[in-house]
Amino acid sequence: MSARLAAPLRRAWLAIWDFVVGDDWRLALGVVVALGATAAVAGAGATAWWITPVVIAALLGLSLWRAAR
Amino acid sequence: MSGAQFGLALSVFLACAVEAVEALTIVLAVGVTRSWRSALYGVGAAVVVLAGLSAGLGPALTALPIGVLRVVVGGLLLVFGLQWLRKAVLRASGLKALHDETAIFARERAAAETTPGSAGRKTTDIRAFSAQQIDGYAFTIAFKGSLLEGLEVVFIVLTFGANQHDVGLAAVAAAIAVILVVAAGVAVRAPLARVPGNAMKFAVGVMLVSFGMFWGTEGAGAHWPGGDAALLALIPGTLLTALACVAALRRQSPPRAETGAVGP
Repeated sequence: MSARLAAPLRRAWLAIWDFVVGDDWRLALGVVVALGATAAVAGAGATAWWITPVVIAALLGLSLWRAAR
Repeated sequence: MSGAQFGLALSVFLACAVEAVEALTIVLAVGVTRSWRSALYGVGAAVVVLAGLSAGLGPALTALPIGVLRVVVGGLLLVFGLQWLRKAVLRASGLKALHDETAIFARERAAAETTPGSAGRKTTDIRAFSAQQIDGYAFTIAFKGSLLEGLEVVFIVLTFGANQHDVGLAAVAAAIAVILVVAAGVAVRAPLARVPGNAMKFAVGVMLVSFGMFWGTEGAGAHWPGGDAALLALIPGTLLTALACVAALRRQSPPRAETGAVGP
């Protein structure tokens, strides 16, 4: 791929990453883990609605704690 | 109107109003300083791109099976909402500078005044553009500002609207917000500094995270106790969690970048 084409593609990818993921990639990863765990527990027939709120509260707290350090 | 529809309309209205205020500040700065015609062309081009994206993504989203749609949209709303809420909490606790439309207007205006025109004009004769000429700087800045702020609006309108099978209601709420902000901007001809943008962002972050948890969990196959009524616990629960984070951060750290009164 030529450098003339690579630079705009890289800028576009960075813009999409910044738009979707933002300042803290751990939040995005945590959301995927929370919903995956919810699906796994619900699929096993157990009560799973509480998982996402608990994980989201922990994720927000941890991200803020890291930002405040 | 059901509670879920009210939540949808309120979330979309607040989010769109916030984004419209931010876009208006940028367009005002380049319009006043450089060329209204070029700035408005930039806004028009952004609207065309956003309409194309909406027309392409809208049907694709609504064509997904409801379970897949809810987990995908719920996940995206959570990722997006957590970003909003994180920034809002940091601003409310004084760890991040408040979003100040007046300061942003002044910064954009200064940049516009010191950038040569598309035809190599200097600051002193920047207003000398004839009616037929397009100022590339004003066009580009207005286009980028409107497109970036508008992308968030499109995302929220499509995800909320598709999930509730009510894209029309979401679009109406968005249109009302944009019309009100533009009308206010035209009336005062200045950035809308009195709009409580930081508090509105806090509220939007809470709504996005709450709806994201609700739909994401349902899409993942779990069921909320009480069904839709669970939102009546999720929204205040998220708000209280965010306010507790603000209080904890205020106790823990001295303010670093506070620039004025705050309050969710």
